[in-house]
Amino acid sequence: MYVAVKGGERAILNSHKLLDEERRGDPRVPTLGLNQIEQQLGRAVDRVMTEGALYDRHLAALAIKQAQGDLVEAIFLLRAYRTTLPRFGYGVAIDTAAMAIRRRISATFKDLPGGQVLGATFDYTHRLLDFSLAGEHDSPPAAAVGPAPLDAAMPRVVDLLNLEGLIEEERPDPAKDRVSDLTREPLGFPAPRDMRLQNLARGDEGFLLGLGYSTQRGYGRNHPFAGEIRVGEVAVAFVPEELGFAIEIGEVTLTECQMINQFKGSKSHPPQFTRGYGLAFGHSERKTMAMALVDRALRGQELGEDGEAPAQDAEFVLYHSDNVEASGFVQHLKLPHYVDFQSELVMVRAMRAAQGEAAADD
Amino acid sequence: MAVTGPRPGFTAPVLACQQTFRSLLTAIAHPGRVMAVGTPLDPPLPLGLASAAILLTLADMETPIWLGGAGEEAAQFLQFHSGAPIAKERAQAVFAFVARASDLPPLVHFNAGSDASPERSATLIIEVDGLVAGQGRRLAGPGIEGETRLDVAGLDGGFWDAWRRNGARFPMGVDVIFTAGDRLAALPRTTIERS
Amino acid sequence: MTIEQSNGNSAAAETVLRQHWISVLAKANGRALELAYGDLAEPPSHERLRGPETGMVMVRGRAGGSGDPFNLGEMTVTRCTVRLADGQVGHGYVAGRDKRHAELAALFDALLQDPARRPSLTRSLIEPLLATQAAILAERARKAAATKVEFFTMVRGES
Repeated sequence: MYVAVKGGERAILNSHKLLDEERRGDPRVPTLGLNQIEQQLGRAVDRVMTEGALYDRHLAALAIKQAQGDLVEAIFLLRAYRTTLPRFGYGVAIDTAAMAIRRRISATFKDLPGGQVLGATFDYTHRLLDFSLAGEHDSPPAAAVGPAPLDAAMPRVVDLLNLEGLIEEERPDPAKDRVSDLTREPLGFPAPRDMRLQNLARGDEGFLLGLGYSTQRGYGRNHPFAGEIRVGEVAVAFVPEELGFAIEIGEVTLTECQMINQFKGSKSHPPQFTRGYGLAFGHSERKTMAMALVDRALRGQELGEDGEAPAQDAEFVLYHSDNVEASGFVQHLKLPHYVDFQSELVMVRAMRAAQGEAAADD
Repeated sequence: MAVTGPRPGFTAPVLACQQTFRSLLTAIAHPGRVMAVGTPLDPPLPLGLASAAILLTLADMETPIWLGGAGEEAAQFLQFHSGAPIAKERAQAVFAFVARASDLPPLVHFNAGSDASPERSATLIIEVDGLVAGQGRRLAGPGIEGETRLDVAGLDGGFWDAWRRNGARFPMGVDVIFTAGDRLAALPRTTIERS
Repeated sequence: MTIEQSNGNSAAAETVLRQHWISVLAKANGRALELAYGDLAEPPSHERLRGPETGMVMVRGRAGGSGDPFNLGEMTVTRCTVRLADGQVGHGYVAGRDKRHAELAALFDALLQDPARRPSLTRSLIEPLLATQAAILAERARKAAATKVEFFTMVRGES
């Protein structure tokens, strides 16, 4: 039985007003500008763009402001907004080897062409709260400027140092003529790698971080090394139908992680280093590392590995990675379930009564 | 220098698409009712105002359009403004535009969807010589109270037999939108013609 | 070389030039284009054939950086197509949602296709924009270079 209940309209309207007032906070405090969010909460903007699957710093900042800093809510807002925009087409696959590098490190090769470039990283900070930021004055000294720019060519480490072919190579399959697109088709199994990578790129950072961590702790261990992490700007090219040739339409900041994993070999594959891949908008290092670990774990089957750890289970991982879906389904439990609950109540009472009668009979 | 490039599309695309969509929705909800498209648009022939407005409103890069009896200029106009590819085969089309009703290919050449996904079928936009409600063929079915009448000028006599066979494939089948200049009327697959 | 080949080559060279200025115009600051438009001796009249309209382009990566392509996520893009009074058509595609930027990029694309206007516009607009973009890149690359690790080899024990 389904009984529709009406009412609560005024309560909802007033709840929205209260929400707005709470979002604004004390009106004596200046309102937060979107440029402040863009400039000073850049990592939050990056995460919202990556998981919202839409690169637009200004819109991500607006979503963060509207969501009062609740990033999963902001991601939802961005995903909802993108459905209102027409799709002009698919870009030409970006070339991360041509990235204008801000940061590039390798944990496997100390001396690499172009060098280890730390860029701006939390890695060597002491994680001590800096109370000087609590004041009004926040003018750090200018960053050091090197006498010369970085080498123009910063090749991808794993392509360059492919030690006697011991690292698996990634080459496009010339026979493959279409690319899966989760914004147009539902997830299907077995999910090809392009579909998995798109799902993981949009996937919740916390969920992937936990899964990646689980592989390190032994649930589907895959012996990873951070072959290379790079952050910087890459040009996006697009071929408009009316021009018939590729044009660059702008650039995006990306983070890429190449994980190299030791592999003992299987019936179908020789012993070698295999690879896991992570790519995300903005400076999203933790996300791309987790993504690369999970990507590698999900490749177990194609590499002939046996394993049933959570991170190796494609259905488990891919069906639960999306925080917009997950948040929606978990939070829908707040909606009225009065009738469902009443019917269960009747059933439990009946079971209790039956149990009581059975006990009395004994 | 000669004038190059396609003609302009809608001047206010959002508003024009909403208005066109509203007319179309009403027409489909009330088969046989003749609606007018009021938005300004100057498409290249043989596209009419209504047929061009419908295609610019509904088509996009994922809906191939098959063109019957329309030249290169019309194809470029549609591609440029809607982003839709031009389908080489009738069966690939999500939308089809037929410039002259008398040249209409057999309906079975177009995608009728499947029993599992009947909504994946093609929608045919057929330019006719005139549309007059209240006279002509007697139509019945969902969206029509009792019976309504629609006169479609310039339609081949065999069309209504083909339409009956199309209806027999329900839930599969194609849907038709007749256009005549700025006028349009819809014939969804559920509409029955009583001769 | 036959005449046809020579035409083919010059068309290819023309495409390369056009790709270059379209890219520079797209990456430019919208305000810089507005200033350049204000500096035009005779601002040309133009009609809009399409847009300016905002939509999205799907950004694609490659598995492992070099393997099969996959869809990473979309980016907002604004495009515009204009026609000058003399019939020349120009296209603008710019990342983001700045409609005026897309329209001006289309307008300058149309103007730059005119052989009479190209040399002066290249000098007054494209080259300075390119220099600005290169300077920003170089500054960023020098800041990154300052964080490059110089390893020392610690010699232990007796040689």
